[in-house]
Amino acid sequence: MSEEKKGVSRRRVLKTGAAGLVASGVAPMVFTRGAWAQEFRNNPTGAEVTLGFNVPQTGAYADEGADELRAYTLAVKHLNGEGDGGMLNTMQPGSLNGNGILGKKVAFVTGDTQTKSDAARDSARRMIERDGALIITGGSSSGVAVAVQALCQEMGIIFMAGLTHSNDTTGKDKKRCGFRHFFNAYMSGAALAPVLAAEYGTDRQAYHLTADYNWGWTQEESLINSTEAIGWQTTSAVRTPLGAGDFSQYITPVLNSGADVLILNHYGKDMVNSLTQAIQFGLKDRQANGKNIEIVVPLFSRLMAQGAGENIKGILGSTNWNWSLQDAGSQAFVKSFGAEYGFPPSQAAHTCYVQALLYADACERAGTFYPPEVIRALEGHLFDGMGNGPTEYRAEDHQCFKDVLVVRGNENPTSQFDLLEVVQEVPRAQVEYDASIFGGELGPYEVS
Amino acid sequence: MLTLPKKELIKFVIFAVVVLTMPVWLTPFGASYPGLLQKFAIYGLLAVGFNILFGLTGYLSFGHAAFLGVGSYAAVWSFKLLTMNAIPAVVFAVILSGLFALAIGYLSLRRSGIYFSILTLAFAQMSYNLAYSVLTPITNGETGLQLTLQDPRVLDLAFSEREAGLPIVTLFGIDMAGYGGFYFSAVLLIAGFFIAQKITTSPFGLVLKGIKSNQNRMNYTGVNTRPYTLAAFVISGMYAGLAGGLLAVTDPLAGAERMQWTASGELVLMTILGGVGTMFGPVLGAWIMKYLENIFSAFNENVLHGFFAFLPDNLESVVVLIASKFVGEGWHLTLGLMFVFVVVFLPGGLMEGYRRFVNRFFNGGKAKAEAPDKQTQPAE
Repeated sequence: MSEEKKGVSRRRVLKTGAAGLVASGVAPMVFTRGAWAQEFRNNPTGAEVTLGFNVPQTGAYADEGADELRAYTLAVKHLNGEGDGGMLNTMQPGSLNGNGILGKKVAFVTGDTQTKSDAARDSARRMIERDGALIITGGSSSGVAVAVQALCQEMGIIFMAGLTHSNDTTGKDKKRCGFRHFFNAYMSGAALAPVLAAEYGTDRQAYHLTADYNWGWTQEESLINSTEAIGWQTTSAVRTPLGAGDFSQYITPVLNSGADVLILNHYGKDMVNSLTQAIQFGLKDRQANGKNIEIVVPLFSRLMAQGAGENIKGILGSTNWNWSLQDAGSQAFVKSFGAEYGFPPSQAAHTCYVQALLYADACERAGTFYPPEVIRALEGHLFDGMGNGPTEYRAEDHQCFKDVLVVRGNENPTSQFDLLEVVQEVPRAQVEYDASIFGGELGPYEVS
Repeated sequence: MLTLPKKELIKFVIFAVVVLTMPVWLTPFGASYPGLLQKFAIYGLLAVGFNILFGLTGYLSFGHAAFLGVGSYAAVWSFKLLTMNAIPAVVFAVILSGLFALAIGYLSLRRSGIYFSILTLAFAQMSYNLAYSVLTPITNGETGLQLTLQDPRVLDLAFSEREAGLPIVTLFGIDMAGYGGFYFSAVLLIAGFFIAQKITTSPFGLVLKGIKSNQNRMNYTGVNTRPYTLAAFVISGMYAGLAGGLLAVTDPLAGAERMQWTASGELVLMTILGGVGTMFGPVLGAWIMKYLENIFSAFNENVLHGFFAFLPDNLESVVVLIASKFVGEGWHLTLGLMFVFVVVFLPGGLMEGYRRFVNRFFNGGKAKAEAPDKQTQPAE
């Protein structure tokens, strides 16, 4: 038939299809089974060990991401014995001596999370599959942290979370390979509530504006719980889209709601915008129920304070770390960061720097890069001299427990960086909670 | 039914070979790792489907990301509720996105041109916002829908015990996260390409081309074009759903940002970059976009310093300073420049560049009067 000549025959299509099927069946054996020759994924066999730094370089949290990357670069320098060593000299117990990790020189690759779960997982996969990154660390969003942490668990790669404040990261979405040094929303609420009661009284009406994603929800929930425990009432809790830019439509209703405290569950550029606009609307000069309207920003950072300028003055919040702390670890870190970049580090930089060092230290103590052993070395690890006083990596949920800082926007800053004044260092015991309250399961050590 | 004109058959064979050998020929470009290969196959499929609507029928949809998202959510729910096997996930993704496309298409196709584009954009943005906040119980909002240890997985657990860790997606035992996932997607891409070729060469495809060149005239000759455009829209939506399902197969997570308008815009860019209406063009555009996104965005200043190390120190820092604006976080700048260049100098996309190249060097400079797709074709 003439059909035979000009067209593809059924037989040929079947043959091609069969070849494709065979290829798809055999190829994975060839390519991925090779991985079994080594003990675990990305086992560093050469003279170098590669770390993957996955930070937001674009989007609402780009400022934090840039600072995280600076901190990581500095950490790599210190680990390789360049510079003044920073916290390597102050951490207790410390097994790092500027000799790389387990004698291997530290190299790194970077990726842009774009503060999107998809993009973050893509760049993490690229670093793991192509660049051979042994661990993934960084990030400035809880949504991203949860997504990347799940990916790392599947791949058997350790994830040292960067700035992530949601309860879920080490709560309902905790994973065996994920570790968080940063504090969380529950701790913010528990640390802030007594200070709020002392400053603003126990009879207040709170209005929440909340970034509409994972972190915002858990912070809103934690803050509502802890403020209602001191007798406050919650007028309303309104969700705003991440990266909204213009918050005026959300702030106008606050004025007519009868609330006398505005709680901004925002972070990064969102918080800068919402706070600035709230001040521009004259919220701070108004009264409701016979009291001055107050604004609270539960999660504070110096970078945001810098962005918000004058508006930050007198506003209460909590933070993981501030560069003005006087302990030896903080001072060593601030000194070497300042010498390198000419300004003090943010809390995002601090937590990332500490995470990199803690991982390196855990490898040294475990004597191997084999993830299950490194995880065991981190679980329940007690350390000090890294800026937050005595700290424990709790084994049950991989959350660090340490003192939390309640801070206030400085009324009389002495320099452009002296923006936060520490009101109280809330002791660990006050912010501690039972690991089971958020549910979740860590999962197995070994990944098949 | 499995026949193709000879010319198309050659295209098909070339395409199949190129796709299946990707792990080999992409190695020198540093792109031969499963994560990116999978993206190449999946976004190629998405572009092939989009081209049926945009290239063939001439309807510019700005909301195709919605179908991508629906496909992903459907696939992840199939993993959560039924089984970790890839087949049901992909089937559900296609069916659900097809239904979704039917609903959106039925409403949007009452208008054409820019109004149609705006309508699809509006629907996609609505879907995105629904997925992002309102439908949180179904979509898990910004965090994205993920597998958990407690998922029911009725079919899997009927035959085996629950394992300790998170289960992985498989195709009858083949792990879908690595190269297995790539070959699975690649086979579907080739199949999708074949179907698109069949559509293009069929009488149905001819009607679609007629709609593109002059819909009014089609109407005057007594052809009711609405069912044809709707069919093209649904088919195209199903392709997008399949691509979304595959995204979930290779990486079991569905995030709302997959539905954002930037994702739809990216798809339009891919198609235009490669060449609207051509068979290879959109796929090529998709590959180039994904390559740039993955490779350029990964360059940092250290890499650049290494790259320009041969220059004298002063010059090096200047060059690195300038170049660093175009890589890493600035890779969109590179993309933008490239897009401007293509649209200004090669309005027909990279495929037009290829045709001009061939004409100039192999046909002795004689411009061919007609492009292949303008030839009159006998009805079959």
